[in-house]
Amino acid sequence: MKSQARMRLKGMIRKEWLQILRDPSSIAIAFLMPVVLLFLFGYGVSLDAKQIPLGLVIDQPDSNTASFSASFDHSDFFSPRTFGSIQEAQQALAERQIDGIVWLRSNFSSLLLSGQDSPIAVRVNGVDANQARITQGYIQGAWLSWLNQYAAQHGRQLPLPVAMEQRVWFNAALISRHYLVPGLVAIIMTLTGSLLTAMVVAREWERGTMEALMVTPLKMQEMLIGKLIPYFFLGMGGMLFTVALSVWQFHVPFRGSFLALIGASALFMLVALALGLLISIVSKNQFVAGQIAIIITFLPAFILSGFIFDINSMPQAIQVVTHLVPARYLVSILQSLFLAGDVWPVYWANMGAMLIMLLVLMRIVRKKSYKRLD
Amino acid sequence: MENPALILRDVHKCFGKGETSVQALNGVSIQVPAGTVTGLIGPDGAGKTTLMRLCCGLLELDGGSVETLGIDAVEQPAAVQAAVGYMPQRFGLYEDLSVQENLDLYANLQGVPVASRQQRYDQLMQMTGLAPFTRRLAGKLSGGMKQKLGLACALVRPPALLLLDEPTVGVDPVSRRELWQIVYSQVKDAGMSVLLSTAYLDEAERCNEVILLHKGEVLGQAPPHEFSKTMQGRTWEAASSEMPTRRLQNALSRHPGISDAIINGDRVRIITQQGYQPEAQTLLPDASDLHIQAVPPRFEDAFIDRLGGSDETAHATPEIRNIETGDSEGDAIRVEKLERRFGDFIAVKQISFSVKRGEIFGLLGANGAGKTTTFRMLCGLLPVSSGKVSVAGHDLRTASAQARGHIGYMAQKFSLYGNLTVEQNLRFFSAAYNLHGQRQQARIRWALEGFELEPYANTNAGTLPLGYKQRLAFATALMHEPEILFLDEPTSGVDPLARREFWRRTNALAEAGVTVLVTTHFMEEADYCDHLVIMAEGSILAAGTPHELRSLARSDKHPEPSMEDAFISLIQTREEAP
Repeated sequence: MKSQARMRLKGMIRKEWLQILRDPSSIAIAFLMPVVLLFLFGYGVSLDAKQIPLGLVIDQPDSNTASFSASFDHSDFFSPRTFGSIQEAQQALAERQIDGIVWLRSNFSSLLLSGQDSPIAVRVNGVDANQARITQGYIQGAWLSWLNQYAAQHGRQLPLPVAMEQRVWFNAALISRHYLVPGLVAIIMTLTGSLLTAMVVAREWERGTMEALMVTPLKMQEMLIGKLIPYFFLGMGGMLFTVALSVWQFHVPFRGSFLALIGASALFMLVALALGLLISIVSKNQFVAGQIAIIITFLPAFILSGFIFDINSMPQAIQVVTHLVPARYLVSILQSLFLAGDVWPVYWANMGAMLIMLLVLMRIVRKKSYKRLD
Repeated sequence: MENPALILRDVHKCFGKGETSVQALNGVSIQVPAGTVTGLIGPDGAGKTTLMRLCCGLLELDGGSVETLGIDAVEQPAAVQAAVGYMPQRFGLYEDLSVQENLDLYANLQGVPVASRQQRYDQLMQMTGLAPFTRRLAGKLSGGMKQKLGLACALVRPPALLLLDEPTVGVDPVSRRELWQIVYSQVKDAGMSVLLSTAYLDEAERCNEVILLHKGEVLGQAPPHEFSKTMQGRTWEAASSEMPTRRLQNALSRHPGISDAIINGDRVRIITQQGYQPEAQTLLPDASDLHIQAVPPRFEDAFIDRLGGSDETAHATPEIRNIETGDSEGDAIRVEKLERRFGDFIAVKQISFSVKRGEIFGLLGANGAGKTTTFRMLCGLLPVSSGKVSVAGHDLRTASAQARGHIGYMAQKFSLYGNLTVEQNLRFFSAAYNLHGQRQQARIRWALEGFELEPYANTNAGTLPLGYKQRLAFATALMHEPEILFLDEPTSGVDPLARREFWRRTNALAEAGVTVLVTTHFMEEADYCDHLVIMAEGSILAAGTPHELRSLARSDKHPEPSMEDAFISLIQTREEAP
């Protein structure tokens, strides 16, 4: 009897593989989708302020103003443009050609030389509040560093009582890509695990093949395992591919251990698959199964997992909801594995949460699936 | 006597709850004997599929018991499922797997030992004629080949009981004959028991025993000839050289002594009321040369009789305005070298035909012959790849809305709004054809009365019985009184009584001068057409009147061939041709 069960399982897995290989859409979801998402988040979406277009207005150019403006030219954060008059610059600001204006009035150098306070005027487009604050901060930083330099050249001390010396940990260059890309792994695995699986099982119902499978000696658990195994490996393949691309193509650092990564993604994959199977039990129609999968797995993985939006800054009620999103736990593990290394307390706490989810889901799936049509 | 393969005792099965619930099976008690072929016969919605699924342990029972091969199908469904062979309605094939891969899958699932597989495969492939196609994807096989592959998959491990759910529906007659041969060879060689469901009444005569199912109840169980025997002395054929067959049928069906009249070849086949002796003079006094002769009864006669006959007077025929055919010149529809390609696949190959005004023109062929594709091109729903189409002098693809207003179209699939009521559907479709105000009201009333939809006016279209859905679809296509009517598989899946009713209405339309273009895969329906073409694999095999087409198959052995014989001989001639 054992060998017959093995034969049945082998038959199911082989069939499922052949279908995956022949169906361009499953390959696309597992391997093309990661590429598209990685390029989108690696190059397109950026939460950094870089190359901020800035207008410089210098009423009376001289060597001091030149060294001041040069400090903007050399900065990665700005791409400055010089305007002849404040009116022109304001016009450009209104047209959103530039995000801010730095204005050195005609008395800038004379006040500076005479040792008096020499104000510079800064105008920032405040429509995007976040961007405005960042711009403001960067201008301040650029101006402070120029001031330090100027003081050193002229052998003077700046009259500053307290100086800040800041260090950024884990993502020293503040590159948002380093923080976004690890989270993508969770998104991609959600797609293969839940969306693809739900649709593939629904397809069997739709085409009437499920009925034919049921009237064979095939047992329900063999059918479930037969579906799980191929998609598990497909999802893990997608995961490894995404990680490889992020590390080698996007130079995202990976500081944790590979084994911890495999363990966490394997557990998450099982949770995603269980969700996919559960959806397919509820809906026996591909279209509806796809919709449900997107709404209850994919969108939450995007929005509520901490992948883009920080969970701690969400309203309390939403923060509670995020605990139901399996991707949340994986994103948390991935971000620490990539950027900080093996942080075991974080790792095991999140693994525990996923394990509980898996056990609950598997129990429901096993209970809800039987070889009957009604 | 062996134990019966199947025993059903007082089986009840109900779907849904409350008002929308459907009693699918209502107290069914049957026994299916072992080692024979038993036909489960009944129209769509009779409960055939439900019964099949119950026998496989796929559904729960609401009452009674089902014993399959001596195993209780409710208590031990897994044991039943492991023992029987089952082919569901759509064959249960994976279209993205090849023929061989499908076989391998089912061999694995059925636990066929690897050592004995090749021998079984060879047997099955030889039997089904699929040997040259083992590497082809199942999705690229023709309908008949898919059906045979589905059967082969169910037979990979010879089961003691084989259950086939409508294996022949929409499949061409040649493949249907081959399927029956395979089934019988299995019964003979392996002692298999077979339960096969079908909506084709003519297939009943091929079974050892027949179970007649209607609206969830068993009307009878007996060998097919036993059914026919009860009709002895009540079946006749009438013919007149003066009267066109359709008009003759119409006249005869109104006679009180006649419970059913259908066109059969050049004659009209009638079933008389018990004890009524038809005589030419009294039956139709106007027709001087009416000939009536007694004919042996068929299974279908018994079926119709058991359903209470087709009571012609009970059904209203909608009044139809006469279409003036004289004012417009030329043929209603003209098709020249029409072709449609989908990638490499040629769905319709260089076909040409023309349809005269006021005739019923049929496109006859199995599923996948290219009938629907042709229809869609004629109606301007699908661009042509090459060739010319003209409908009432227009190419409908580029024609104005006004020109489109001259045609009516009834699609193959139910294309009304299921969650609107019957009346709302009529209102919407009439508005779409620019009807409003009093005229719209009048037409809606006409449809409700003429098609007997009044009791259902406020019922959602989606919950209507199938026959009524078809009536509603027919009515909506007629709201704007079109001159040309396209009917795509209007009778597919409808029970024989509803089919008779449908043809009577269609005849009335043709009498009023409406041009009707109709597709069907029921060979016997061809006789209702004035002209028809037989299509297979995108080409026209033959064209002509039903009489001309049937005479193509006339031989000494077959003095009066049926349309099915003609179809089969045409296919065979084509295959023999180099």
